[in-house]
Amino acid sequence: MYTIKSYVFPESLEEADELLQRDCRNNAILGGCCWLKLGRRRIRSAIDLSKLGLDQIEVRDGFLELGACVTLRQLETNPHVTARFDGILGRSVSHIVGVQFRNCATVGGSVFSRFGFSDLTCALLALDTTVVLQRGGELPLAEFLASPIAFNDILLKVRIRDDGRHAAYESVRRSTTDFPTLAVAVSCLEGRWKVSVGARPARAVLSDDAARCLESGEGPAAAGAAAANELVYGSDLRAGGDYRKKLAAVLVRRAAQTCMERENKG
Amino acid sequence: MKLKFVNQPIPKLDGAALTGGKGVYTEDMVPRDCLVVQVLRSPHAFARIKSIRKDAASRVPGISCILTWEDVPQIRYTLAGQSYPEPSPYDRYILERVVRYVGDPVAIVAGRDKDCVAKAMGMIQVKYDLLNPVLDFEQALDHPSVIHPEEDYFHHYDIGGNPSRNLVASGSDAHGDVESALEACDVVVEGTYYTKANAQAMMETFRTYTYLDHNRRLNVVSSTQVPFHCRRTIAHALGLPKGMVRVVKPRIGGGFGAKQTLVSELFPALVTLRTGKPAKIVYTRKESFQASNSRHQMRVHVKVGAMQDGTIKAVDMHALSNAGAYGEHASTTIGLVGHKSIPLYARQADFRFSWDVVYTNTMAAGAFRGYGATQGCFAMESAINELAVKLNMDPAQLRLKNLPQVGETMPAYYNEPLTSCALPQCIRRGMELIGWQEKYPCVKVDDHRVRGIGMAVTMQGSGISAVDTGAVTIKLNDDGYYTLMIGATDMGTGCDTILAQMAAEILDCPMERITVDGVDTDHSPFDTGSYASSTTYVTGTAVVKACTQLKEQIAAEGARRLNIHPERAEFDGDKVYDRTHPETSITLCKLAQSLVAGVGPQWLTATASHCSPTSPPPFMAGFAEVEVDLETGETKVVDYVGVVDCGTVVNKNLARVQAEGGIAQGIGMALLEDINYDPKGQMVNSTFMQYKIPCRTDLPEIRVDFEESYEPNGPFGAKSIGEVVINTPSPAIAHAVYNATGVRVHSLPITAEKILMGRED
Amino acid sequence: MKVKITVNGMLYNKHIPNDMMLLEFLRKYGYVSVKRGCDTSNCGLCTVWVEGKPVLSCSYPAARADGKQITTLEGVKEEAASFGRYMTAQGAEQCGYCSPGFIMAVLAMRRELTDPTEEEISQYLAGNLCRCSGYAGQTRALRAWLKDKPWEKEGQA
Repeated sequence: MYTIKSYVFPESLEEADELLQRDCRNNAILGGCCWLKLGRRRIRSAIDLSKLGLDQIEVRDGFLELGACVTLRQLETNPHVTARFDGILGRSVSHIVGVQFRNCATVGGSVFSRFGFSDLTCALLALDTTVVLQRGGELPLAEFLASPIAFNDILLKVRIRDDGRHAAYESVRRSTTDFPTLAVAVSCLEGRWKVSVGARPARAVLSDDAARCLESGEGPAAAGAAAANELVYGSDLRAGGDYRKKLAAVLVRRAAQTCMERENKG
Repeated sequence: MKLKFVNQPIPKLDGAALTGGKGVYTEDMVPRDCLVVQVLRSPHAFARIKSIRKDAASRVPGISCILTWEDVPQIRYTLAGQSYPEPSPYDRYILERVVRYVGDPVAIVAGRDKDCVAKAMGMIQVKYDLLNPVLDFEQALDHPSVIHPEEDYFHHYDIGGNPSRNLVASGSDAHGDVESALEACDVVVEGTYYTKANAQAMMETFRTYTYLDHNRRLNVVSSTQVPFHCRRTIAHALGLPKGMVRVVKPRIGGGFGAKQTLVSELFPALVTLRTGKPAKIVYTRKESFQASNSRHQMRVHVKVGAMQDGTIKAVDMHALSNAGAYGEHASTTIGLVGHKSIPLYARQADFRFSWDVVYTNTMAAGAFRGYGATQGCFAMESAINELAVKLNMDPAQLRLKNLPQVGETMPAYYNEPLTSCALPQCIRRGMELIGWQEKYPCVKVDDHRVRGIGMAVTMQGSGISAVDTGAVTIKLNDDGYYTLMIGATDMGTGCDTILAQMAAEILDCPMERITVDGVDTDHSPFDTGSYASSTTYVTGTAVVKACTQLKEQIAAEGARRLNIHPERAEFDGDKVYDRTHPETSITLCKLAQSLVAGVGPQWLTATASHCSPTSPPPFMAGFAEVEVDLETGETKVVDYVGVVDCGTVVNKNLARVQAEGGIAQGIGMALLEDINYDPKGQMVNSTFMQYKIPCRTDLPEIRVDFEESYEPNGPFGAKSIGEVVINTPSPAIAHAVYNATGVRVHSLPITAEKILMGRED
Repeated sequence: MKVKITVNGMLYNKHIPNDMMLLEFLRKYGYVSVKRGCDTSNCGLCTVWVEGKPVLSCSYPAARADGKQITTLEGVKEEAASFGRYMTAQGAEQCGYCSPGFIMAVLAMRRELTDPTEEEISQYLAGNLCRCSGYAGQTRALRAWLKDKPWEKEGQA
């Protein structure tokens, strides 16, 4: 359980930024607080963004924009989200614990923390996604995930190019509301593919080899084998690396297959 | 006999309070000025405390006391909630200089609020001399590290233990010559099966509060299944006369055996004694996982031999059980491994059952629904399913051929007679419900999914023969309503209700006229407690006896008021009347009123107790249908049918929910629940995040049916139901997985990974 | 810090510790229906509504509830009792410890989903663990309740 010396609702992003900069080691931006609770952080100033209107989902300038305080539950119920990318964003989070948890957990919290088990990050990575930071500006999600966590910055929103791509999501879990043992998202737009594999158990990454297989017409099975071979799979409580590697081959194949069928149906 | 209340689906008496969120549980009743108690726990699996510095911590404002090993009575005891003299060894102090598992208590800290206690906990400095821990129970016997070398280790009687070898208990039981019998068999199967140290995971964690009353007596309010054993053990461990301790049990948020062992009681009790102040402790979920008790982890080796026609002629079983750091319930759980599994097949067989229970530096095991029978059932039933394959016989037919018959003595069940059994009917009904003929062994769903079905049968007991005792007092109050006083502990199972149903049946009155008190050792009659599937059968019989006596007394007193011969008096529940002149009568209300005041009244109460010389087994047949994804190994139970013979079903609804809940726990054990330790002895699945109990989307809609037998020794023909229902899922699911995939998983839980990797071997 | 939190229509103007959780706040002021079942946001026992949406009060900072409307079982007593009767008719409450959180999730579901399928129901309620019942009794209670729609007869929202 964490402790908090002072709890602040900044009235503007500038104020939030200024507060954070005062002591970015000990001050913290709050997300949904469910994961935070598991640690023992001693927070000097807890900065709650929930009164800054960041809980909006908007479609503008050719992008689907998810504010940092959008809850995972909103992804399941908001028609802008469910109507796009074959609904994989809502579907990817629908297994996470329960509705009351997903009403707390936020997009910003999930993406910023770079959790290996994040279903959402895995799904977003297979789309054309950028993150918008208060200081760091806008950068591609893959680049953001690969960089170390900048504790002096604030994630404001996630932008997804509204390009009408088809997508599919697959995961295997020990129990239906558990973390994924392995998660896979695949998308396709005009012959260009993205294959994302998460919970390896390390964080989600793209398999370029798998995407190339699909682009060159080698087919879903070859893509599955490529993702299994290209990426690194480790062991943890939930499964061994060897098993994960086998799962990767199967789930990538299945997701690619589904995506192809959706593409063919238009 | 037409029953009015027994055999009816009557709602639980406390249902409205529970669903209404009323403050009826231990933590809801804590006095406002209670000290908060927390326990500093060992981070090491095996160590000797070199020094503890607590002076700085003691100076934290609000801290009331910090107790360490130097501050506690040097009295050995066991936390097991068993009848005195307990078979479990006395191998604990409240705090000891040696710590034996990660989580063993090191210091008790009490203060004004949780913040000051947390602060003080962080300031206590403990230095340890680390010892080499024993973490693998298969390596524990004669390990160079001896976990209990203490000189004051004590047991009441020989359970085959030898602490210098890390052996808590051992023994064997045999009938005939199993070696020769095996040699004479046409077919023999042999296997080694592993089960895990599952957590009971009741929703309400352990919690207790304590205070001194106006007589300076120690009052303990606790979420416990065993208030009377609690009183005795608390008094003993604290060196108090028993008369100075009172234990009260409010509503309990589940137990499943976890609360048949004392867990949280002694810490606030000691604080209250030392400070004179009320004190409370509420375990976190992590503490409940890491520092309480669990199912015994086991390795069971079975050899079963049969003739070509399916007659089983020999069963040889050895079980190794992991007691963990302390020996609660060690010698008794292991007994059930064989004694509740072999009798089903020992009708014409020679058998041998031998066992060893060892200490390790992991959390102590204790009681968990099924109590060893569950582990034995997984091994034995899996072996029977493998035998059926070898014999090329239908596994249901193989069982029907060998089951014990009513009227026979069961040599593998302590030579007790079988007085009621509807197991064959359970098997046939279950086969029908699951669609055995159409689906056995498997059905292909599509190119990568297969559905398999599997089965298992089981038995349990109804109380511990000649030990478990329940006493009951029933009082007739001044308006003609009754108070039923019991010492059995309703932990959500509904025993208050079913015992009231029995009372209403005998006294021929509506349920509303009977109130059932919670348990208070000052006021309730003695009961060994709610465990070993004893309450319906043992305490229920005491209810029947007491109510029958009271009914006779009411008739006699009525006769006196009516000036008629007692033999002519009849009590119909509302009035006592003259059988020959029914118009001559006195209402119960009037009679009761006259019995409480005025000259020559006699306030009526009746007390009876019961202890059964035998423990009639309830039976169950369980059938699982699973769907396996052959490419990922993912397995989902898509249907589960349980058909139960618990004798007369006292309350159809509550019995059904007991069965559904037990099966769900069994499915969790079979597929999900996995306690593991890291190489240093730290438990790694100590949260609901890592230890997955089934949620509703993990389960099919479990189907339960009853085949009622009539148990002549039970109240209204009833036997038990609480435990028998958890046993079948593990072997039935393992069987179904085998039928779907050809993979035999001998080690629980049956994970997708084991299935997939098994398919490739 | 100072907060204004409305619980079941009653305004609480209170100083609270900055790291207090909503669960602790609610129990402190006597809303004992709110139970804690775990430390990791996994069990659903502590479910209450914030602005009508079910959340885990064990993980929801009390400070964040500043200016918000909180509903506990005590605030929907009659509707809870009505559903509770369907539970007790099945014996599905068993130990009852998970019942308040479960009932809060059920009543929220009733407001959020129209004519849900069985699968949608079990998905919506998947975050409410119960160790006693195996869920089948809860499912029977839910079915009967959704069929009878007692809230229409009782004229509730």
